[in-house]
Amino acid sequence: MYPAKFDYLAPESVEETLSILAERGDEVKILAGGQSLIPMMKLRFARPSTLVDINRLPDLDAIEVANGHVRVQALARHADVVRSDVIKSENALMASAAPWVSDPIVRNLGTLCGSVAHHDPEGDWASVMLALDAEVVAVSKEGRTHFHPGADGERATGGSRVVPIQQFLVDMFTTSLHPSEMVTEIRVPRYDRGGGSYQKLERKVGDYATVGVAAHLELDDQDRITKAGLALTSVYSSNLKVTDAEQVLVGEAPGAEIFAEAAQIARNACDPASDVRGSAEYKRHVVEVFTQRALAEAAGIAQGGRS
Amino acid sequence: MNITVTVNGTEHTADIEPRRLLVDFIRSTLKLTGTHIGCDTTSCGVCTVLIDGTPVKSCTMFAVQANGRAITTVEGLKQNGALSPIQEAFKEHHGLQCGFCTPAMMLVGTALIAENPDPSEDEVRWGISGNLCRCTGYVNIVKSIQAAAAATREAANS
Repeated sequence: MYPAKFDYLAPESVEETLSILAERGDEVKILAGGQSLIPMMKLRFARPSTLVDINRLPDLDAIEVANGHVRVQALARHADVVRSDVIKSENALMASAAPWVSDPIVRNLGTLCGSVAHHDPEGDWASVMLALDAEVVAVSKEGRTHFHPGADGERATGGSRVVPIQQFLVDMFTTSLHPSEMVTEIRVPRYDRGGGSYQKLERKVGDYATVGVAAHLELDDQDRITKAGLALTSVYSSNLKVTDAEQVLVGEAPGAEIFAEAAQIARNACDPASDVRGSAEYKRHVVEVFTQRALAEAAGIAQGGRS
Repeated sequence: MNITVTVNGTEHTADIEPRRLLVDFIRSTLKLTGTHIGCDTTSCGVCTVLIDGTPVKSCTMFAVQANGRAITTVEGLKQNGALSPIQEAFKEHHGLQCGFCTPAMMLVGTALIAENPDPSEDEVRWGISGNLCRCTGYVNIVKSIQAAAAATREAANS
């Protein structure tokens, strides 16, 4: 299978990349790992007339702690996230999810930022980022003043803006990223006492989730839940943040009863389709079971100390 | 577009269309047909090659992306005209049946051993989980990779 013809550009700086984006606008697609984009181009679902390969941009592959956040830059591969000591010590949910993303060979090229920017509705990372209240940093040549955001909570900082993940993810394969912008990093807040877990049912390695559940909990010194994140993969038209379940958890002590209540809310919030991966009823059941498992594991990690 | 790549230690320069897939460049232009095409949809892994030592699926990469990089295909595994430890181990432990997935399995095994000189069975199974063997000969593939790891460790210690 061959994609339609395109111009290929391989800029060597972010500035050069942003100039290309400013000039060529929405004919352009950015190529990072390409593990979702290239298959779509081969099937001709995507036909960009220009491909901007950002793999030659320097200093854009960090996974590090900065200003109260853990940040993952645009060229950090899934495999880098799997191996990262920063992720292991700083964010249990991301550490739990990373080995479940696609397969080991695809993880060598595919990127976390690219996965979120691509926003396949069955992608794993978007659920993780929804549970963690992540922020997306998008940069453009002229800043974002020319662009009407239409979303709350955006903060402009020079040529870049910070978009809360819920405003970034608009609908399947659609984000609020402007054609002149590129994502340079995705960051999640650090926490003192927390834990997380990603539960994924897949038919085989590399398949989309039949069901995925991302859970994140933070506890205070009295073991009360101060913050809860819960999001589901592959059981709605897009990744689904279950805000009602999060609110039920906050203020409570972790325990089977409250987790069962949250799981019930998640079960009712999702709207899976019956397909080759299972019936809607089956998937609802898995959502309920996996939500309880993910929350219990998250609480266990949080109570085990700094995770 | 002009690209220069080093494949199995030999430098090649070619003028290619940007949409040329790396696997097709390797097979049709360089005539290195040990790299196979299976599913053509990033699932089966038989097109795996090493780029600067890292396994990638060459059906899901454009050849222009490899400009300036070093590629290893199965043809580059042999060492001084002799079989490499992983090739020797696949032969010894019957790590192949029809042979179609074998080049990729050996390359992934080579990269795995470079990163983890003593992989457990579980680690090998996870390591090759992006590569399908339709003969389902995984037991001997895993044995072969572990045997190659042992042989590599032994060679390093002697």
